[in-house]
Amino acid sequence: MSNSTAPSANTSEAVRFYIEEDEHAHASDGHDDGHDGGTALGFWIYLMSDCLIFAILFATYAVIGRNYAAGPSPADLFDLRLILVSTFMLLFSSITYGFSMLAMEKNNLKGTMVWLAATFLFGAAFLCLEFYEFYHLFHEGATPQRSGFLSAFFALVGTHGLHVAFGLIWMAVLMAQLKMRGLIGANKRRLMCLSMFWHFLDVIWIGVFSVVYLMGVIG
Amino acid sequence: MFSDPDLLKFIFGRLTLGAIPLHEPIVVVTGIVVALGGLTLVGALTYFKLWGYLWREWFTSVDHKKVGIMYIILALVMLMRGFADAIMMRLQQAISSGGSEGFLNAHHYDQIFTAHGVIMIFFVAMPLVTGMMNFVVPLQIGARDVSFPFLNNFSFWMTAAGVILMNMSLFIGEFARTGWLAYPPLSGGDYSPGVGVDYYIWSLQVAGVGTLLSGINLIVTIVKMRAPGMTMMKMPIFCWTSLCTNILIVAAFPILTATLTLLSLDRYVGTHFFTNDLGGNPMMYINLIWIWGHPEVYILILPAFGIFSEIVATFCRKRLFGYNSMVYATVVITILSYLVWLHHFFTMGSGASVNSFFGITTMIISIPTGAKIFNWLFTMYKGRIKFDVPMLWTMGFMVTFIFGGMTGVLLAVPPADFVLHNSLFLIAHFHHVIIGGVVFGMFAGMTYWFPKAFGFKLDPFWGKMSFWFWIVGFHFAFIPLYFLGLMGVTRRLSQFEDTSMQIYFITAAFGAFLIFLGILSFIIQVAVSILRRDQLRDTTGDPWDGRTLEWSTSSPPPAYNFAFSPNIHELDSWNDMKKRAYERPVKGFRPIHMPKNTGTGVILSALSVVMCFGLIWYMWWMAALGAAAILIVSIAHTFNYDQDFYIPEEEVVRTEDKRTALLAKQVA
Repeated sequence: MSNSTAPSANTSEAVRFYIEEDEHAHASDGHDDGHDGGTALGFWIYLMSDCLIFAILFATYAVIGRNYAAGPSPADLFDLRLILVSTFMLLFSSITYGFSMLAMEKNNLKGTMVWLAATFLFGAAFLCLEFYEFYHLFHEGATPQRSGFLSAFFALVGTHGLHVAFGLIWMAVLMAQLKMRGLIGANKRRLMCLSMFWHFLDVIWIGVFSVVYLMGVIG
Repeated sequence: MFSDPDLLKFIFGRLTLGAIPLHEPIVVVTGIVVALGGLTLVGALTYFKLWGYLWREWFTSVDHKKVGIMYIILALVMLMRGFADAIMMRLQQAISSGGSEGFLNAHHYDQIFTAHGVIMIFFVAMPLVTGMMNFVVPLQIGARDVSFPFLNNFSFWMTAAGVILMNMSLFIGEFARTGWLAYPPLSGGDYSPGVGVDYYIWSLQVAGVGTLLSGINLIVTIVKMRAPGMTMMKMPIFCWTSLCTNILIVAAFPILTATLTLLSLDRYVGTHFFTNDLGGNPMMYINLIWIWGHPEVYILILPAFGIFSEIVATFCRKRLFGYNSMVYATVVITILSYLVWLHHFFTMGSGASVNSFFGITTMIISIPTGAKIFNWLFTMYKGRIKFDVPMLWTMGFMVTFIFGGMTGVLLAVPPADFVLHNSLFLIAHFHHVIIGGVVFGMFAGMTYWFPKAFGFKLDPFWGKMSFWFWIVGFHFAFIPLYFLGLMGVTRRLSQFEDTSMQIYFITAAFGAFLIFLGILSFIIQVAVSILRRDQLRDTTGDPWDGRTLEWSTSSPPPAYNFAFSPNIHELDSWNDMKKRAYERPVKGFRPIHMPKNTGTGVILSALSVVMCFGLIWYMWWMAALGAAAILIVSIAHTFNYDQDFYIPEEEVVRTEDKRTALLAKQVA
């Protein structure tokens, strides 16, 4: 901003106003057009926007989470042992996804696939436990329509579960694509995005576990 | 088979023949006109065999320029509908005085003011802003496209899907009767059992997906794809305001999505988020919706500020006064916009401390905004001002917006707000800032960048007509509302007993008529310009003696924007290049790597409409099929790895040689 006067005359060498592009940048991989950093950043921003959705659901839970409307309270409903098991299912799945990424770094397709499959199983186990929990709650009459607390509870936990389900579908599709094309640049990028997504869901779950279950039972 | 009521109910949900509003003559006539117009358009497109061209060159295009233009066309079409609603309201209020019922019943009138607000904000202002950013930002930063070109096309089509749902509500069923933010408990299942609120929810949800994705896309584009040498503080000011707007979009729209989802859970599942019973809390909705809603108004106004900044500098032939302070003011507004939402409901009764906090933060926002006004004034000071149409809009904005801003500061005082809350004073205030700011900004921007987009200028005579009709009409239409508001008239009323107020409403209706002439002049302007395009042709690519990079390429720019990536040394880089006798490269061209067009965006958008239609009418089979199809098409899309191609060298050479010849003719 300070150099408002043009320093045109004094430069003997010509100022370059355009770049003759270096073709080598594209040579390594026809599909990678140098937007790699862009995808990581873009996906990260998407995750932050998703984080805001959870922020709203947490805030909603904070506001109406104690409005039991003479219905059941967390202490009446939650079985912490079951939740602890499902929490560990999700935490383990994050670790196995980490191993999968390490195998990817070594261009080890088989290792990547095996660890992804393990992640898938842990994730599926978490989801099954959540189904079981919801089924149990419905059975006891603790439905989303019962009270503000239960509405907020099902919205928050259910949205997280929906994300896990979506992640599992994505994982299955990605495994098929890895089988078809191997560890090409595009697939590596996708693995990295799913990795961020998966760890993000883990972080959210830790929030859910602490705020909804632990604090709920402590009362 | 069709006599079985259960089967009928399964197939059609709650959709019956009675849902088509044949009892509303206005809707029927509109329907006939729209149907005839639509048939004529379809017929003409078929007759001239344009479907293939439209599909290949526009609908499936991932070119940011074409996507941007499609956004703007969509917005202008919706402006007609939103304005038709406005005219009907002004007419109704002008004649329904002293016991006269006017020509709109309350049921219909309530739908009209809701539709007017929703359309103008979501389907006029938003697509105009997004379209403008889409078209201009990559050109200004010297990029060939946005970071995620397919996502860009998809975003547009999701917005279009929202528009289609919105317009369906006119002819099949009804629209919400709740006001544009659909406050519960009125918008809950008990008080609005019909399909209106569901149309509202799903059209906004679908369009919201598009808005969010385009926000992410443009942030990454601005952060990652600037030409070499363009540091953040050498970026054109419009890119700065776009960056801040898109940050606001990403940080605000998820809140809307979540809030509307909770509302739909209340309506569809019977939960208790915003109900009055069993632990729900309607005020939570009003807080949440305004945590989105207040940033939303800055999402709309910041790009307009950017446009005015570009125009003031160009037409005063000076660099923008206080570029740095402009950037910081924009950033400060971005942050402050999250700290003021409660001023929309001081009357909720949060207590004096909370109200004072939000009142003060609201007043503080006027400081960076005021700084901007002074920057524009000082840019004009001692500038050699050219009074072209974009500059007229800019000056009109400065006068109008300051007025609107001052009434805003009045409303920010909680005790005053207790008197003026939900009165016509408020209506006049926000129309003052939104029309005076956003609409004038978009007209300025459209006139300014039109030659870049199409290769010829807009006709200045009709542009001036449009400007004068708009600005005069605007003040006729809204100044009376301030007085009415001070007298205590509240918003959203369709009839008035007190005949002494009628003269104000008649004045306002006259203003609306003048605005109508302004819109008409704009349409004539476009038509006249197309007819006279050879006289208005821009062969240089730089019709206004511009300062930023978009003017360095041809008008309209080639698909790849720049044959070589520009190298930036200074702010206002094109001005810098011209000053230092830049010579355009004429040889050494290489093949250019570009993304391929794809029809997936159109298909996903169509499926979203099907899914939402099913959800609105409780046709669950249709909703489920739509959702499944969306999932399948999305997954199938990811199996297509072949998403890019090279524009061959010969084609680049041919395009660039044509421009070389054109420029040579200019000099000779």
